[in-house]
Amino acid sequence: MNIYPEFEVVRNDSRCIRCRVCERQCANEVHWYDEDGKVMLSDESKCVNCQRCVTLCPTRALKIVKSDCRLRENANYSDQTIKEIYRQAETGGVLLSSMGNPNPLPVYWDRILINASQVTNPPIDPLREPMETKVFLGKKPGTVTRRPDGSLDTALPPQLTLSMPVMFSAMSYGSISYNAHASLARAATELGICYNTGEGGLHEDFYKYGPNTIVQVASGRFGVHKDYLEAGAAIEIKMGQGAKPGIGGHLPGTKAVGDVSKTRMIPEGSDAISPAPHHDIYSIEDLRQLVYSLKEATQYRLPVIVKVAAVHNIAAIASGIARSGADIIAIDGFRGGTGAAPTRIRDNVGIPIELALAAVDRRLRDEGIRNNVSIVCGGSIRSASDVVKAIALGADACYIATAACLAMGCHLCRSCHTGKCNWGIATQRPDLVKRLNPDIGSQRLINLMNAWRHEIKELMGGMGINSIEALRGNRLMLRGVGLTEKELEILGISHAGE
Amino acid sequence: MSPKQMQSPPLEGQVRIPSGCAVSAMISRDGRRMNGERIIESMVPMHDRSNGLGGGFAAYGIYPEYRDFYALHIFFNDRRCQEECMTLLRENFEIVQDEHIKVRKMPQITDEPIIRRVFVSPMQSVLRHLQIDEKELVVRTVNRINAQLEGSYVFSCGKNMGAFKAVGFPEDVGRYYRLEEYDAYCWTAHGRYPTNTPGWWGGAHPFCMLDYSIVHNGEISSYDANRRFIEMYGYKCTLQTDTEVITYIADYLLRRQGLTLEETASVIAAPFWSTIESKPEEERRKYTYLRTVFPSLLVTGPFSIILGFEGGLMALNDRLKLRSMVVGEQDDMVYIASEEAAIRTMAPDIKTIWSPAGGEPVIVKVKEGAF
Repeated sequence: MNIYPEFEVVRNDSRCIRCRVCERQCANEVHWYDEDGKVMLSDESKCVNCQRCVTLCPTRALKIVKSDCRLRENANYSDQTIKEIYRQAETGGVLLSSMGNPNPLPVYWDRILINASQVTNPPIDPLREPMETKVFLGKKPGTVTRRPDGSLDTALPPQLTLSMPVMFSAMSYGSISYNAHASLARAATELGICYNTGEGGLHEDFYKYGPNTIVQVASGRFGVHKDYLEAGAAIEIKMGQGAKPGIGGHLPGTKAVGDVSKTRMIPEGSDAISPAPHHDIYSIEDLRQLVYSLKEATQYRLPVIVKVAAVHNIAAIASGIARSGADIIAIDGFRGGTGAAPTRIRDNVGIPIELALAAVDRRLRDEGIRNNVSIVCGGSIRSASDVVKAIALGADACYIATAACLAMGCHLCRSCHTGKCNWGIATQRPDLVKRLNPDIGSQRLINLMNAWRHEIKELMGGMGINSIEALRGNRLMLRGVGLTEKELEILGISHAGE
Repeated sequence: MSPKQMQSPPLEGQVRIPSGCAVSAMISRDGRRMNGERIIESMVPMHDRSNGLGGGFAAYGIYPEYRDFYALHIFFNDRRCQEECMTLLRENFEIVQDEHIKVRKMPQITDEPIIRRVFVSPMQSVLRHLQIDEKELVVRTVNRINAQLEGSYVFSCGKNMGAFKAVGFPEDVGRYYRLEEYDAYCWTAHGRYPTNTPGWWGGAHPFCMLDYSIVHNGEISSYDANRRFIEMYGYKCTLQTDTEVITYIADYLLRRQGLTLEETASVIAAPFWSTIESKPEEERRKYTYLRTVFPSLLVTGPFSIILGFEGGLMALNDRLKLRSMVVGEQDDMVYIASEEAAIRTMAPDIKTIWSPAGGEPVIVKVKEGAF
């Protein structure tokens, strides 16, 4: 069935100079030049609205607009719903989507407001006073021990040191490009934070960024070997992902080419399918064994992170993980991004990170084990104020990936699964990959993080707080607006005006 | 909340109450005992730092004849509360003495509760049964009374020391409790300027736990981070005040973790990372360790606190020194106060007065054996 395209390419012919840059830049082959009529033509059905042509058109002759050709309006059967049914009726396939859940479900960050000092307590000016954002992630000892001479025994379990409480979240080499990884690795190193390899192994060129690298071990174990484990500053066991809780991953064979296949240690062109569970972890005690296997393999030098998707019973799950020997728990909310996920799962499985984080932090405190682990939260942390709210709810640090992709040029067209990313991020096509210059990509990531760091400091200073640790779990600094009693109770905050 | 409670303004503990304040202290390093006249006088020039909604004192060395017993100072709303509380105490302690705390009736101090002083000794059988030491039993019992028994409030529970507090201006509170009749080697005092409370006797300062007493001036911005951490370890912040949480932090670090006073100070008012970087290796390791292990006990926002304990005191400012605090020294005496005027009241011809830097603890200890 022929479905009218979702977008329309609007070309102002009086501005178009026939330079054909749109044609060359579009990997989806929307634009072409008609020699006979001397005009640029387009096939809108291929357009994903990635804005590449719009951005690069030198005369601003192009714009992409949402098509107003709509099916008959129906509040129950939306345009989208009906078209998905047509598509499935035609192909018999599972619908695929990319990036985070775009549906209008509640964003609790936007319903939480931050405090500031007035009169009784002075705000602190970050331009004039020190304002500290350094954090250590890892287990904290429960009791202080002393050496025979009475001095403090300063030995600590392994800690991950970050200059600010933000890290780049897992995106595998394969799902994103070499240049994207290079940008992330270089930026993380420059910033004194960490990026995360994702489940695709670590390209040999990037071992030098090891002190700022988190190496991931996922259910497919792609690219996992001793040197890989020892290369990073921490090891992350990926149990789940916010965008697709309960399922594994699938890198199509078309992306498993060249260095990607070598780094993943799989044959070129073969699909890389990570299973839904780790087949050596069917229960919490199995997780403990993997945690300790990884610690043994790395002489207990590195903290181990366990990453889970935010699901209904997240507080109890986190409590189990906190007792498993893991040093850090990473919780990924249902809005987290992905390079490809079944649409139904992405849009309907999991819970918001704000509620999951609040519930986990409270549970671990109620059980007196909050010090056993640090908490990292991710799944749509969009700005410095989201970071501040997350820390005040109880997180030690945040993971960002979508925001990092945006910094590198992503326009959130949500078509990563096609492998034709015009911005050189979610693709392995050499001609597209080279569009992302790691010098520029890393600089833009550094700029973004520096901007956030400034904003975090401003917000902290306003609250009269001059170190990030005094903000962590400081829920009195938050108030809800327009939230129900139940939501406030779960978030552990008061309503504005209280 | 019952309709009755909704009509009246919320009490201490039902809302979070920031407050400004005045603090003052005097201590004899020789362990000489002095009556309460001078410490009361020191609060007079700082009158405007309080608003009449709370004043109090802590005195060390006042009960030498009962030095082996825990001196509980307790407020009761009525006889029924008193009975209930005494029953609980009798289950865990021998009651050595149970008496009224003598007061001087005056128009400035009204709405007084029943104020009792009870000297107790923990029952060995209870300690063995619970497998805890006697200090822990005192802490647990006091926490239980304060959190669970309505109308009973233990506001002091150390040995050979005591707190005296009320709603009123501090100089009136001192006279009300007849502090000129007590002799102490160390006195601390507090005048309160709460911004959000009808005033409740239990909410006045000092705040005490065992022999630790805290008087504090400031409003800490780290309150909820500190509270939520410390509550993991059996403390219950029933008053929602800064002073309460700082007292628990001190008890946790000093008694339960066995940190020294200096170490405790560098957790509460931790040196900045930039300062730590510039220290020699050994110190750098120590400070980094303390900040890494106890990040949630860093106290930010303005504060000046005086922590009293058996045989000494420690004064500490927040690390940016956002609250005033001065120290004076003369012969065996050390004076500490929010304002120099207070020190000059206590010691008119004092020569040595200085202002300690933010985060720099001033620790004064009485000569060993002199208290």
